[in-house]
Amino acid sequence: MAGQSDPHVSLFSPPEVEFMAEDELVEIVPNMRMDPLNFICGDFGPFYPQIPVKVPLWLAAALKKRGKCTIRPPQWMSIENLTKVLEGEREDRGTFQAVPFHYIEISRLLFDHARDDIPDIYMVRSLIEDIRDVRLHKVETNLEKFSATSAVKIAHLSAMEVNVVRPFVVRALQAFYKHDNPVLMVDLDSVSDRQSHVTRQRQMPNNAQKQPLKRR
Amino acid sequence: MAEDIGDGSTAEMDDYETLMSTTDAELLKTAWRNEKAAPEILQFQAQLVKRAKEQIQLMEETVEEYEESGMDPLTVSLYQMDLDRAHFLLRSYLRVRLQKVATSSFVFCMSQLEKYMFYIWKNESLWSRLSDPEKMFVQRCIDDMEKHLQETVLSKLPDNYQSVRRQSVISEEDDMVPEPQLDTFIACKARNRFVSLRLADSERPLEMERHDVSFVLYKVIEDKIGADIDLV
Repeated sequence: MAGQSDPHVSLFSPPEVEFMAEDELVEIVPNMRMDPLNFICGDFGPFYPQIPVKVPLWLAAALKKRGKCTIRPPQWMSIENLTKVLEGEREDRGTFQAVPFHYIEISRLLFDHARDDIPDIYMVRSLIEDIRDVRLHKVETNLEKFSATSAVKIAHLSAMEVNVVRPFVVRALQAFYKHDNPVLMVDLDSVSDRQSHVTRQRQMPNNAQKQPLKRR
Repeated sequence: MAEDIGDGSTAEMDDYETLMSTTDAELLKTAWRNEKAAPEILQFQAQLVKRAKEQIQLMEETVEEYEESGMDPLTVSLYQMDLDRAHFLLRSYLRVRLQKVATSSFVFCMSQLEKYMFYIWKNESLWSRLSDPEKMFVQRCIDDMEKHLQETVLSKLPDNYQSVRRQSVISEEDDMVPEPQLDTFIACKARNRFVSLRLADSERPLEMERHDVSFVLYKVIEDKIGADIDLV
């Protein structure tokens, strides 16, 4: 239970999250000719000069680094679309806008490796940072509104965001769960001294109303 | 042209991605992610690991041949990168399982170290999820641990308190073998377009679409991992 045992640490390190995102496909425009690549992770190419082709991010970055292609920023990374997303995030306080699951990692990798392929990069970067901030803040504030639930569903939450908020959400859910299940509390007591605050709750009256599930 | 639904994916890309997800590298990635996120040890993916090892070995030989045959260095280095990635996934998968089986953090006290080892060893259905090398590893760990505890601590305690797994002879069960925390919440996504989960405290099932991330009790989804659900 590496990582699971410590509720304060992210399960995946940022490099690990990024590694997983690097398989996402992105469009490149090669400036050379290359035979198809038959990788363990899939087949890509053949590559012709000026003919766009989809490859995993890690491959795109490697080719770009060696001056063999340009990278086409994905459509969702346009200023027009990002502005729309940011406005949506700000207006709608209860739900998240649809973004690619790996939007944070993809944009970061592109900023690092393909600056010159992104028009108005400062604007794009600034928009994405704002979107990140608004979304993160949204998770935190919405979490406080939990009534006792045994599950939380968040539409359009992204990979990096899951990883960052996971310890926080799990702790909040665990607190409500314990509060709602005093019998189980007794069992937990004898098990692990790892839990940060295992406290004895008083028995809840049998007719205590269960709160309805919070929909996200 | 398929409709762009604004999150960067189209129906076409979805199908393409589904095709892509059947590569062993993708399967390994999913297995690693599930294993890391689950509080207990999951079923060892023997077939997948065997295939992955074979592919990796084949690719290593191929890369060597390419190098010797004078293939252009760019292509060789790209194949090497793919190879490194697959290798990393395989190692990470095997390593996270070992870590679960015998927690190696030195920050924990001794009773934490043996914690999970003994529990798996006792529990038949969990034991059956291990690969043969893992079983040997656990057995050796347990033997070493028992020997160590005997020599340093237990032999010095009064007669009735010398058991490794029980506090004393009057314990009714193995009360020195703490159990993994299964009452924990995990984050997950639906593999398919639509998944429905039964929850304990609600009559209405939790319905998940592809873009939903749900935090639920592990036991709600434990039998769905790898089938309907991926842990994230």
